[in-house]
Amino acid sequence: MSTDTVVSRRGRRSFGAWFADTGWRHLVAIVVSVFALFPLLYVLSASLNPRGTLTGSNQLFSAIGFDSYLRILSDPQAPYGLWFLNTLIIAAITGAATVFLGALAAYAFSRMRFTGRRVGLVTIVVVQMFPQLLAVVAIFLLMSTLGDWFPAIGLNTHTGLILVYLGGALGVNTYLMYGFFNTLPIELDEAARIDGAGHARIFFTMILPLVAPILAVVALLSFIGTVNEYVIASVMLVDVDKQTLVVGLTKLVANPRYADWSAFSAGAVMAAVPVMILFLFLQKYIVGGLTAGATKG
Amino acid sequence: MTDTAEPTAPPTTRQRQAAKIAEAASGPIGWTLLKILLLAIVDAIALYAAYVLFTHQEWLVLGIVVVVAALVNWIYFSRKRVPAKYLTPGIIFLVVFQVFTLLYTGYIGFTNYGTGHNGTKEQAISSLLASAQERVEDSPTYPVTVVEQFGTYGLLVTDPDTGDALLGTADQPLTEVDAEFAGGQAVGVDGWTTLPIAKVFTLSAELEKLSVPFSDDPNDGSLRAPDGQKGYLYVSTLAYDADADTITDTKNGTVYSDLGTGAFTSEDGEELLPGWQTTVGFDNFVRAISDQSIRGPLISVTVWTFVFALVSVASTFFLGLLLALVFNNTRMRFRNGYRIILILPYAFPAFLSALVWAGMMNESFGFINQVLFGGAEIPWLTDPVLAKVSVLLVNLWLGFPYMFLVCMGALQGIPSDVNEAAVMDGANPWQIFRRIKLPLLLVTVAPLLISSFAFNFNNFNLIYMLTNGGPRFDDVSIPVGHTDILISMVYKVAFTGQNRDYGLASAFTILIFIVVATISIISFRKTKALEELN
Repeated sequence: MSTDTVVSRRGRRSFGAWFADTGWRHLVAIVVSVFALFPLLYVLSASLNPRGTLTGSNQLFSAIGFDSYLRILSDPQAPYGLWFLNTLIIAAITGAATVFLGALAAYAFSRMRFTGRRVGLVTIVVVQMFPQLLAVVAIFLLMSTLGDWFPAIGLNTHTGLILVYLGGALGVNTYLMYGFFNTLPIELDEAARIDGAGHARIFFTMILPLVAPILAVVALLSFIGTVNEYVIASVMLVDVDKQTLVVGLTKLVANPRYADWSAFSAGAVMAAVPVMILFLFLQKYIVGGLTAGATKG
Repeated sequence: MTDTAEPTAPPTTRQRQAAKIAEAASGPIGWTLLKILLLAIVDAIALYAAYVLFTHQEWLVLGIVVVVAALVNWIYFSRKRVPAKYLTPGIIFLVVFQVFTLLYTGYIGFTNYGTGHNGTKEQAISSLLASAQERVEDSPTYPVTVVEQFGTYGLLVTDPDTGDALLGTADQPLTEVDAEFAGGQAVGVDGWTTLPIAKVFTLSAELEKLSVPFSDDPNDGSLRAPDGQKGYLYVSTLAYDADADTITDTKNGTVYSDLGTGAFTSEDGEELLPGWQTTVGFDNFVRAISDQSIRGPLISVTVWTFVFALVSVASTFFLGLLLALVFNNTRMRFRNGYRIILILPYAFPAFLSALVWAGMMNESFGFINQVLFGGAEIPWLTDPVLAKVSVLLVNLWLGFPYMFLVCMGALQGIPSDVNEAAVMDGANPWQIFRRIKLPLLLVTVAPLLISSFAFNFNNFNLIYMLTNGGPRFDDVSIPVGHTDILISMVYKVAFTGQNRDYGLASAFTILIFIVVATISIISFRKTKALEELN
């Protein structure tokens, strides 16, 4: 590595000091960076490789072309565009609605004092400790029964899936927002009330804009969570055209050996890049939100 | 709310008018209108739901819908109950899709719900009788015309004895109808489309399956017309005796009776399937504990679930913490660049990572064996021990960036004068870390470690997409493998394999529930104790 050149230029003594202070840190950082990066470089390289197989993807960046992107976008067996759209719609609506429902509850818990407040807060967090996918059998049977009565929200519908996801709207998210709401001084509310504003007006026009950062974070976390959700989506969405990316792409490479590996990689890159950009943009807020919510009781 | 400000001077009429208009445009009236509109939508949906439930005669659910709708109206029209206004929408979803489904899971755990047991007893009887049908040797030939209505196919039959026209579908037994006749055969009936012969030929696959009950009594058999022109009477070789509640096989005389196990069973224990859904008490739990072919995998899966979750949390935390300490040096160059690189695995959607790693770890074609190990065939995902190592390695890759970010944040939150004071007292860096920084860090990070444990305890996606639970156990009756964790085992028992066993899967869920509940109660107390330190 570059350490040898540094040795000859700076001489042993200063190199020793430099290495003891920051040099070894670079060494660790480089090793871990390689570990972090190589699967991502591999998938990028595989996606640019026109040859479809797993073996063909092993020579990193040996061939570069966009054939596999075209293939995944035009394959009638794998309607990637539809999957992408379905995922986007489901995750966006779920994210927005989760933020709205969670913010409503967090406002009540943070600003109002009512009987059952403490119990309610604890209950919501405890119930959320049991992930929804634990009850996947019951959800499946419930939605199949509901579908007999109301076909619009039964199995194989996006609406039904979104409704199920909204079952988790309260919970960890509310807790995160609750922590953030608490950081706003209550004097703001009091001033607005003296000026004649009702609770709804205070909430919608004053509080919501002030807590926008945490709303964005919760929306993003919920969005990513929904994009990644496999169990309930796979059980509920039967038709290939209705499925989400995670269900479709998983089936596509159920046996990687025979799958069109570079087409899958192209799909993976296209799905991941927007999420990653968004994530890198918001990562400071995300970490802040996670640690803040965790420490504020 | 409105009349708090006293006017300083008596306003003129025009001023008062202007104030009124302004208030109407911006103030409470707008909100009220919006509220009424939203409530109207909710009520319209409730009304529609009530109507549909009424037609299905679902009285209990109908009652619940009405009560909830009334409650919602009461809450939002009242001037008080402000907290309820903010909590109700979320709580309705929480109750229906979390609390109810958890309770319902509990109920299913005590039933035999699953493949072969997913309907009522009546459905099971008619399905049994329909499946055992054989053509009656000397039955007369019935002239048949295939008709269609809204995508449902029916048979228009001419009775060879009386010449009457009869119409029936798969769900509707034959009943007499007024029909048009041509050459002594009924060829058309009002409301139904007569299909031309050419179309009938293309439907042979559907017609083979079409079996029209002769009457309401399943023992009468049914009429089938595989070629769409000539129908024959088919009678079941099973006969149902409603009084004795038994089914008799008319060929060999075996009697199957209802022993309360959800299926008709003969004296020597042979079950007729499909059966029906019934509560079976603790059978599923007893089976899980006593049946060797289930108990074995259940125990090893439980042990592995804990090992997996604990090692995952520990490994990601220590790597993350190590990196945070390494990077916690302001003199280090390119710090932000490294930081972004290290975050990338966390930003990449997790399910895609698992699938990509599964490809890279492929035994004969994967990148790791082919390139990094020069063509060695190391069974990363197919050897029981290596597969577990691989799962942990991939999860380390997935999880360390999160811990890194969290630890970085927490370290920066520790005030620097604490550090200086320790240095003044002559503490060495290791002592400072061990005695001061780590305890302070843990206060912030402990709740996240617990939630990370809970997350990994149920980290379905990683397991399912990386190894699919494999390699499979030998000699077990459920489709699980060495790397399955509890949650993926539930999914497999319920939704894969030839027999879907919802009852057993739900029983497993209840067991997991108890484990998770215990852990969360304990951890809740522990974190409270930690918070008091703060």
